[in-house]
Amino acid sequence: MLKNFLPNKILSINTKFFNNLIILMIIIIFPGVIYSLFISPPDHVQGDSVRIMYVHVPSSFIALGAFGFIGMASILNLIFKIKFMPLIGKSLAPIGFIFTLISIFTGSLWGKPTWGVWWAWDARLTSMLILFFFYIVYILVWKFVSNYEKANKISSIIAIIGLFNLPIIKYSVDWWNTLHQPSSITLTSAPTIHHTMLLPLIVMLIGLGIYSLIIFLMKYKTELIKFKMRQKKINK
Amino acid sequence: MLTRKVKSRIIFLIFALLLASIVIFIILKSLEKNVVYFLSPSEIYNKANISFGKKIRVGGLVKVNSINKEGTSINFVITDLKNEIVVSYVGLVPNLFSEGKGVIAEGKLKDKKYFIADKILAKHDENYMPPEVKEALEKSNN
Repeated sequence: MLKNFLPNKILSINTKFFNNLIILMIIIIFPGVIYSLFISPPDHVQGDSVRIMYVHVPSSFIALGAFGFIGMASILNLIFKIKFMPLIGKSLAPIGFIFTLISIFTGSLWGKPTWGVWWAWDARLTSMLILFFFYIVYILVWKFVSNYEKANKISSIIAIIGLFNLPIIKYSVDWWNTLHQPSSITLTSAPTIHHTMLLPLIVMLIGLGIYSLIIFLMKYKTELIKFKMRQKKINK
Repeated sequence: MLTRKVKSRIIFLIFALLLASIVIFIILKSLEKNVVYFLSPSEIYNKANISFGKKIRVGGLVKVNSINKEGTSINFVITDLKNEIVVSYVGLVPNLFSEGKGVIAEGKLKDKKYFIADKILAKHDENYMPPEVKEALEKSNN
């Protein structure tokens, strides 16, 4: 699987492939949005504000997943010094950052009518905010540390430290009393979410996942070209 | 296959990660009091030294048939099915506040069984279903 992310493979991706991916995304997201906004039923207690979930949950998934990949790439980077690993991390950061922001923002919009507050310092919300800061610091290091090797090392270490935050986010609702509800979808038991609501959620997750993949691939391609140009300069 | 340099880096990273996870575990353990968003009535009941003047949060379920409204003031009972606390509150409650549902009250303890809240939060659970399904479930239960 790793082979597909080798520089030559990515650089040979043409616009047609991207266009196909974009069309696929639209084909999935469009009915997903229609389904989640109009066709799926309101919740028995929350009413229509349940519809926020169809954006909130996929965003959180992607935010956590992207950081997980950044962390993995950073570990491989530090151990094996694989040249394109830092570029993968760097390319995943913006999309993960945006979805963290969306997750916090939509959560806040949902919290007000449901809990009665926009924000609460409970373990889930706070650890998500910490993830948000990890993304900011990771991106800023790449932006402002001018020496490439140095930026590479510092950002990798930051990503690896940030990796510890992910299980804390995931299990915060089980380990401690939180205002945020526990997961409705778990690997071990049946989902506690009705299938008419689960279906649009999964469709949206796939759709937004493809969107993230597109943004990542585009960014990754740009980063590879930049990297090659820098190497040419050094070799001169 | 792995060179010695790579091997030493792997070992170093494993140790660093282990150490980091221990440190994080200790930090979280010592901060547990702050990480926990609310206490249950039982936790308050079992706690030896409780500061009554300090702001805390109590959470649990609103006991069925315990809500008592008089004008803007409202009294109800928070239960965790073992212990109970009477809560008194003046003000508006969130829409989702209702009997048998999760609630978190923010305020001060008068004593271990009586709580004066200045903020009420409704807690949502992990169950999502359309109203018709809920009705059908209730029918089949009765």
